[in-house]
Amino acid sequence: MRVKVLSRNPDDYVRETKLDLQRVPRNYDPALHPFEVPREYVRALNATKLERVFAKPFLASLDGHRDGVNCMAKHPKSLSTVLSGACDGEVKIWNLTKRQCIRTIQAHEGFVRGMCARFCGTSFFTVGDDKTVKHWKMDGPGYGEEEEPIHTILGKTVYTGIDHHWKEAIFATCGHQVDIWDEQRTSPVCSLTWGVDSISSVKFNPIETYLLGSCASDRNIVLYDMRQSTPLKKVILDMRTNTLCWNPMEAFIFTAANEDYNLYTFDMRFLEMPVMVHMDHVSAVLDVDYSPTGKEFVSASFDKSIRIFPVDKGHSREVYHTKRMQHVISVKWSFDNKYILCGSDEMNIRLWKANASEKLGVLAPREKAAMNYNQKLKEKFQHHPQIKRIARHRHLPKAIYSQAKEQRIMREARRRKDLNRRKHSKPGSLPFVSEKKKHVVAVVK
Amino acid sequence: MADEEAPDNGPTPQATEDEDEDEDEDEGAYDEERRHRQLLEAVSSLAGRNRRKLTERTEASAQVSEFSVSCEGAGEKLILSELLEPIKASSLLGAVKKQLNKVKQKKAVELPLSKKEAQRVVREAAYDKTSKAITKWDQVVLQNRRAEQLVFPLKQEQVTVAPIEERVTSWQARTPLEQEIFSLLHKTRQLTADPLLTPREEASLQAMSLEEAQQRRAELQKARALQSYYEAKARREKKIKSKKFHRVLQKNKRREALKEFEALKKSNPEAALLKLDEMEKARIKERMTLKHQNKGKWARSKAIMGKYDLEARRAMQEQLAKNKELTQKVCMELEDNKEVCVAEEGLLPDSLNEVQPSRNVANPWMLGKLSNETKDSGTQEDLKAPTDSEEPENEGEEEPVLSEEEALLQDFEQRRVRHCQKGSPELQGASREEELPEFVSPSQAAGQINMEDEQRQEEPLLSEQLGRLCAVEEMDVLAAEEQEPPQPARTEQQKPHQDTAVAEDRPRGSQTTRKTAKQKMIDLQAVLAGESCRIHCPTLPVAVQDEEGGTDQRLVIKEAFAGDDVVADFLKEKNKVEQEQKPQTVDLLLPGWGEWSGTGLKPSAKKRKRFLIKQPPGPPRKDRHLPHVIISQKRNILAATHQVNELPFPFDSHQQFERSIQAPVGPTWNTQHAFQKLTAPHLITQPGHIIQPISNEDVASQSTTSTRKAKPAVELTPQQAKRLHQHPRKKVR
Repeated sequence: MRVKVLSRNPDDYVRETKLDLQRVPRNYDPALHPFEVPREYVRALNATKLERVFAKPFLASLDGHRDGVNCMAKHPKSLSTVLSGACDGEVKIWNLTKRQCIRTIQAHEGFVRGMCARFCGTSFFTVGDDKTVKHWKMDGPGYGEEEEPIHTILGKTVYTGIDHHWKEAIFATCGHQVDIWDEQRTSPVCSLTWGVDSISSVKFNPIETYLLGSCASDRNIVLYDMRQSTPLKKVILDMRTNTLCWNPMEAFIFTAANEDYNLYTFDMRFLEMPVMVHMDHVSAVLDVDYSPTGKEFVSASFDKSIRIFPVDKGHSREVYHTKRMQHVISVKWSFDNKYILCGSDEMNIRLWKANASEKLGVLAPREKAAMNYNQKLKEKFQHHPQIKRIARHRHLPKAIYSQAKEQRIMREARRRKDLNRRKHSKPGSLPFVSEKKKHVVAVVK
Repeated sequence: MADEEAPDNGPTPQATEDEDEDEDEDEGAYDEERRHRQLLEAVSSLAGRNRRKLTERTEASAQVSEFSVSCEGAGEKLILSELLEPIKASSLLGAVKKQLNKVKQKKAVELPLSKKEAQRVVREAAYDKTSKAITKWDQVVLQNRRAEQLVFPLKQEQVTVAPIEERVTSWQARTPLEQEIFSLLHKTRQLTADPLLTPREEASLQAMSLEEAQQRRAELQKARALQSYYEAKARREKKIKSKKFHRVLQKNKRREALKEFEALKKSNPEAALLKLDEMEKARIKERMTLKHQNKGKWARSKAIMGKYDLEARRAMQEQLAKNKELTQKVCMELEDNKEVCVAEEGLLPDSLNEVQPSRNVANPWMLGKLSNETKDSGTQEDLKAPTDSEEPENEGEEEPVLSEEEALLQDFEQRRVRHCQKGSPELQGASREEELPEFVSPSQAAGQINMEDEQRQEEPLLSEQLGRLCAVEEMDVLAAEEQEPPQPARTEQQKPHQDTAVAEDRPRGSQTTRKTAKQKMIDLQAVLAGESCRIHCPTLPVAVQDEEGGTDQRLVIKEAFAGDDVVADFLKEKNKVEQEQKPQTVDLLLPGWGEWSGTGLKPSAKKRKRFLIKQPPGPPRKDRHLPHVIISQKRNILAATHQVNELPFPFDSHQQFERSIQAPVGPTWNTQHAFQKLTAPHLITQPGHIIQPISNEDVASQSTTSTRKAKPAVELTPQQAKRLHQHPRKKVR
């Protein structure tokens, strides 16, 4: 007769060395761990609460400019370096780890209108109100040397913006026209014009690097092809677009920051209708920058706040503001997807976390696992009213809050009026126009 | 063509038209100029250098004026055919005419576009071109948008181990101090004298890359899977009990082998010879097995049936014939070559022993010397048997001594006997007292085996088989015995289950009946809605209402539902609902906690009371004062604040949403691996690493990785990668 005996594999419970962790056998039988959903719900609730508790995005303020910060540029090779140009023509280079200014240049007379770093990170360009384009070295001058630009190009008109090609020694300026320059020459390689009006910003496409987008003060956004040296298409919006930014992961997507408090994300192949209208700001949007992952972008507004929008959502997921921050003129998202920099009127550059409640620094594996788990739980229970309520809660300064409220009322009134009009007119005579279509005036071929 | 040539000869028709308009002013001047030019030409032609014949130009016009050349007077367009009319007659100009006709058929070139229009066309073309070019990103963008997880930066730089020598050689001393130190070191030649990589290091560098290793592993896995699949298949086929199936299979195999052999014989005789050898070997092997001997289960059954069934007898004979055939062949070989035979005897002892002497007188094996010897040896066995029983475990030692056939044969026989004896008692597990006599008697009988008739001889063989079979049978029997007693118990146990099931069924049935009743009632209520509204006193009978209303309809309805006591039914139902929604007491009693337990023993009342948990009474029902109404209190208001009211966007149905909520993700309910997989973040970035915009190379690399593995693994990837490379990556500062 065979007798059955308990037999165990010693590998399951014997440690190889004394230093090993004890194996803890675990029974995952669901009967032994009841109430999965309520327990996870409570965890999710706690995680959401903690997230709000730890949401302290403001990291540092870099002060040193003696006038409003008009433009900023990221260093393409160094995460800790950032450049800023002020309204008094001063350019400062900052070290973010030390939170110090490491170099100051009196670059222009009048505003520094635009600046950009060369793709290799060895030099940068500035344009100013003094009708010059200046090419500077990133490193400071040696001992005893004078602070001088490598090149200075004297132009005939004021340049309002500059951007560098992502791969070649080419840069583009804008003013009365879009000029494309070779770094080695003192005259533009080609000038692209379409209509006559001042162009406020020009941006190279980071993926298809021959493409350019610009926005002019006659309310239009113009796309150019550098290879064929011709403009491609023009879209006219309700109001003026201040600047635009290309998505670094999706070649044909760009977002335009508009004066009508909205941002518009366009697919460059279908300009008739924006892909998404992002509305939340209560004043003109002055600057926009994409996160390097291409999933989100940050916008700076005249309403003294910056907002973070997911690309595929119409409303912001985050709003940052401080009491002392005035009109935000420029904003940048750092290349490691972790930080946001904004330069504002009151001469300060502020450093924010891109993810408000994120813990900075190296995380232990368990911390990381817990963080991921909490994130997943928040995501899983995001539709539950309590969790949603807590997760959505943000504090707004009174000015913005009341303005937002006012605008909401206005919008509602307009909608109501529209409805009434529709109700009292012949059916079909007043068709519904979607929000996306409302803001595009025309597309010019 | 004509237009193009015209400027050489003179002003174009267009030009002439223009000139006609302002003819009055500069008619004289023009005339003079022309004359002057003619004069000049005449003079130049006189010079003789350019002796071109100047043809006088004539204008085709209805009104020929001597002062001006114009077609204005005609008031119509110049038509080519009119011009050609005069030259119709001459055939020499045929070619020219043809050309002109061709020109006539061609359309005139359109006016060039205005600059604005032209630019627009260029723009449109360029836009189309670029948007077409940019659509190549569509796939990538879609893929990235849908991706479960994205790992940034996209370009995962491969960290390689740079040998220290490279570093040393590339390093240059800059400061004076460094230079000094370097020169000192250089003098001693310590740094540069260091050997290059050790062979082992080099080997490790040249070893397989991770991808290769993965690929290789995948291949091996596949091979293993295939192997196991074939094994499983073989096992399955082996398990098939159908004799016919196996026979057919065998036959097929044999036929194929034969065919192959035939083909081989024609193509490659040497190989065929080899094959023949192999076949021979296979045959020998077959012979060595105990197949085709009448001791299998089947054979035994046939032997029993043989007495009555002709078919069975025939089958048995067939098998015997086969057996004979197998054994006969050896004999033939024996005759051919006796040495081989001797050798084979050594090799095939089993088959020798198991040979059936039986009634087959034709079997030369049985007629031969060996069988006689065995018969002779039978006499000696009596003596040898006890010794063997004393030292049973030295068979291995005895085996080498093969020269003595007698000893060998005896050995085997004894062994066989012992085996069958041992087998039976062990497996029977019977008393040892019975075992001992048995142990002796067969050994004695073994000597007589060969002399006795076939039935007697078959017995030891059968007994051997029996032993084996006994095991199975006994196991079966044991199992059956073990199983049988519980079976009644089970049926006993099942009975209450069934009872309960029936009991459960009953309420279910009653529920269904009630449901139907309820449905019926709902109908009634719908019909009687008006009445119940008007009655404010519940105890008032319906008849009173009828009297008040006094309509025929109600009477009719009343008659129709005369048998149904609606009010009583409703009260019953309400009572039931109340009972159901009352908090239930929970019985946690398990027999055997602190007391004796067993069949028929009941735990004491004290214990029962202790394990009975009474729930606190719930809040009073809302409908306690409303006898006509049942207010469902299933909805918990306190919980409602935490519940989702409407279906969230990406979900299609509430079931889907509920499912998504019900599956837990935590480590409490999931294994470590599953937990990691479930909680893998959507976006992984590495601190301190610059994320460059996507580029063509990224796409190419992505596509290759996606073909290799569908998804970037769990969140741990960067860590694992780090662990693999060990060297920390260069961080950007």
